[in-house]
Amino acid sequence: MKKDIFKLSNQILKSRLIVGTGKYKNFKETAEAVKASGASMVTVAVRRVNIVDKKKPLLTDFLNPKNIKYLPNTAGCFNADESLRTLRLAREMGGWKMVKLEVLGDKKTLYPDMIETLKATKVLVKEGFQVLVYCSDDPLLAKELEYLGASAIMPLASPIGSGQGIQNKINLSFIIKNAKVPIIVDAGIGTASDATIAMELGCDGVLVNSAIAKAKKPVLMAESFKNAVISGRQSFLAGRMQKLFYADASSPSRGLI
Amino acid sequence: MAKIQLNGRKIELNNKYSISKMLKKYKIDSKKIAVELNGKIINRNKYDLIYLKNKDKIEIVHFIGGG
Repeated sequence: MKKDIFKLSNQILKSRLIVGTGKYKNFKETAEAVKASGASMVTVAVRRVNIVDKKKPLLTDFLNPKNIKYLPNTAGCFNADESLRTLRLAREMGGWKMVKLEVLGDKKTLYPDMIETLKATKVLVKEGFQVLVYCSDDPLLAKELEYLGASAIMPLASPIGSGQGIQNKINLSFIIKNAKVPIIVDAGIGTASDATIAMELGCDGVLVNSAIAKAKKPVLMAESFKNAVISGRQSFLAGRMQKLFYADASSPSRGLI
Repeated sequence: MAKIQLNGRKIELNNKYSISKMLKKYKIDSKKIAVELNGKIINRNKYDLIYLKNKDKIEIVHFIGGG
């Protein structure tokens, strides 16, 4: 069998699970959970340096960007210009070309503003970024992002941080079947089985943060997600059996006494 | 005396401060940050060469945990 490779733009990732680094109790827990998840890429946010408290620990002290790929995001940006500013700064910080674009449109639902997202994608691609785009689960807009040069499409499963799981399997399936770039389900995954379902649908990867960070035991949940994503991928590659309306006995009737 | 805005806070610097010197003053590792001066990103090779002046607005950012 051909080796199953997960490639984002020109980068090969060992794991199909990408994890977020927000919402943890502390950086030590973040680092432990990331390790347990087996992820080789983590999302990070760009924020002001705390100039008052100089002794505050830094994320980079716990997760070395030399050992794990940082995927800078634009969380908190509500228009194209803010997100461009953020990602240009991220690139200046360490040459990060692969970025996660996330332009939000509504504070309550954190639903993506797709008009601004399309605008920003166009500019970022032109500037040489490899853009992974958080987006709505609209199949036509997903295709449009692909036309604009997005390196991966990241439709939401349900609202960010809600843990409500996959709400629209049909749309996700449309997006997957129609795409020539990787599809990564981002946002709304609540528990490990949600990730398995996403992978069984044929997603190329899953991005998870809250479901791990907000679990009672985040490190154990991280490991659970690692297995769930592998399991879902294997299941997808294996190809599920056909569903039958009636029963079909597993033991042969021949030789029945 | 230069009155500048650093990450949204008003500060005063009493003598000639380059970006490098200011980063040192605040014990910030220049390798882990990016600097924006008056809306323009500053290439890290220029931190020694650019001096802060009155009414400058400077933003220093780094990576934190995020999803």
